[in-house]
Amino acid sequence: MKLLELLGYYNYWVFAIVLMVGLYAVISKANLIKKLIGLSIFQSAVFLLYITMDKVEGGTAPIIQAGVEDQIFSNPLPQVLILTAIVVGVSTLALGLAIVVRIKESYGTIEEYEILDAD
Amino acid sequence: MNLTDQLPALQVVVPMLSAPLIVLLQPRGLAWAGATAAGLVSFAIAVALASAVLGGETLTYSMGGWPAPYGIALEVDAFSALLLLIVTGAGAAALLAARPSVDKQIELGLQPLFYAAWLLGLTGLVGIVVSADAFNIFVFMEISSLASYILIAGGPDRRALPAVFKYLIMGTIGATFYLIGVGLIYMMTGTLNLADMEARIGDVVALNPILVAAGFITIGLALKAAVFPLHVWLPNAYTHSPHMVTVFLAACATKVALYVLIRFDTSVFQAKLDTHEMQFALFAMPLAILGILVASAVAMFEGHLKRLLATSSVAQIGYILLGASFVSHAGLTAGVMHMFNHALAKGGLFLAVACIGYHYRDLRLSQLGGVAARMPWTCGALLLCGLSLIGIPGTAGFISKWLLITAALESGPWGWTLVAVILVSSLMAVVYIWRIVEALYFQAPVESDTPVSEAPLQLLLVTWGVALLNVVFGLFPAIPLALANASASLLTGGAP
Repeated sequence: MKLLELLGYYNYWVFAIVLMVGLYAVISKANLIKKLIGLSIFQSAVFLLYITMDKVEGGTAPIIQAGVEDQIFSNPLPQVLILTAIVVGVSTLALGLAIVVRIKESYGTIEEYEILDAD
Repeated sequence: MNLTDQLPALQVVVPMLSAPLIVLLQPRGLAWAGATAAGLVSFAIAVALASAVLGGETLTYSMGGWPAPYGIALEVDAFSALLLLIVTGAGAAALLAARPSVDKQIELGLQPLFYAAWLLGLTGLVGIVVSADAFNIFVFMEISSLASYILIAGGPDRRALPAVFKYLIMGTIGATFYLIGVGLIYMMTGTLNLADMEARIGDVVALNPILVAAGFITIGLALKAAVFPLHVWLPNAYTHSPHMVTVFLAACATKVALYVLIRFDTSVFQAKLDTHEMQFALFAMPLAILGILVASAVAMFEGHLKRLLATSSVAQIGYILLGASFVSHAGLTAGVMHMFNHALAKGGLFLAVACIGYHYRDLRLSQLGGVAARMPWTCGALLLCGLSLIGIPGTAGFISKWLLITAALESGPWGWTLVAVILVSSLMAVVYIWRIVEALYFQAPVESDTPVSEAPLQLLLVTWGVALLNVVFGLFPAIPLALANASASLLTGGAP
């Protein structure tokens, strides 16, 4: 019974695992592009957390239809929030990649250790 | 509806709308003038707001007329007003002085974009401070961070690029942690409005998600605020960025993150999580003490002028956090007061560094021999701000250190050890400021091909203005002290 309860939270387990996979990539990879990929995975995990919490059992998209009275809706607010967070994530990624391009131009490499050695 | 009611919104709107307009101002100098005008208007709004809330009132503005907690609210009380003064003051002063230094360090064609990024950074920082909505704080935090990454990487020094990449990675992790925390609180309370959150946390039965949220939010914001040992991004980012950007960011960026941290940990979580006060103190105080001691010790052995001052910033953040970690009225007053005074001292110091950097490319202490003979006024201002950083009586730094020592003695039987920590680190500050003075005044002059004279008048005047403010607020601290007192009363939720 306990096991089933734990498995029932599988969205949250996936959230935690994806979060840690991303964080691990950020910390362990020396290639700057791979670091940014890790960062993106890390942020995506949070999207899943927000999407999971807005789900209401049997709920549908929150659109009012004529003639339908007792429809159950999913909570639209976290979806709106996470749309904003996705935009923030995309701009961070774009800026990060732009910086990597500049690093490649001035150092000729995108490996962290080689950059550290260069200065 | 009179104008005062609209000021909280205007505070954000003015720099935000000025930013895209400035991109269009291509002719030389016009972009700077536009940005400076926007900066000064923001500062004027902040002064008006501060005078409106001096008595302890709270100004609330509902975006689009939707009342909180359904709509997004902006709120200005004494605490946020003081932060607004710091942020817009630092922004306006740095912009006023910026032109000669920026002309030298940023390509002419890129300058409008540079100033636009600057104003966006200002927008983000003031947005965080006026917002009363946890998610809006996240969005503004990212606006300010993205803008500051651009600003830091905008200079001619290529070492800024790896530094800013590190800052981007750590800053994003910090912001994402904050977002996770906000999500968990929303899950349990169903609200994003800070005041509403504080009230509803009391009804939550299962406290575990709230505890986890408190952890995520505290760590995430500590990353953004460069609390020791999460400060590793700060020294390099501040050392290699353009000089004027360092002035602006060092004076206010980390303090705004600390502001949110203090808001959450002393009011939102405080009232209802039973032992949160103890947990926060036990978590923050050791970090603050370690930060004060370790960063001061590292600064004593640092050989680069800018990195020395940046490292000292980490120690100063420790002082602010130490004050906050007492969670008492006296402690919070001291911490908040130190935000203001440190912004003055460090802003002035980095302005003086910008003056020196106008002529000297290499800012290692060993290369700065004889600067004082060539730039006596600059070095005089640097010395004055240095004294304020140490906390010599008569300067602003003394006021907050005195308050901090008083608060430490009130905090309990172990207070005297904290006093010892503060005194030891002040002595270390004497050592590292003395090393700068020794290099500038007494070191054998370094040969240079071009005769070096004083920095441009525009830069020098602002530097001296800030340096004199250190003395003015050291002798007459009434206004910031009143705001700091009122903030502490708000945060502790009781009478002074």
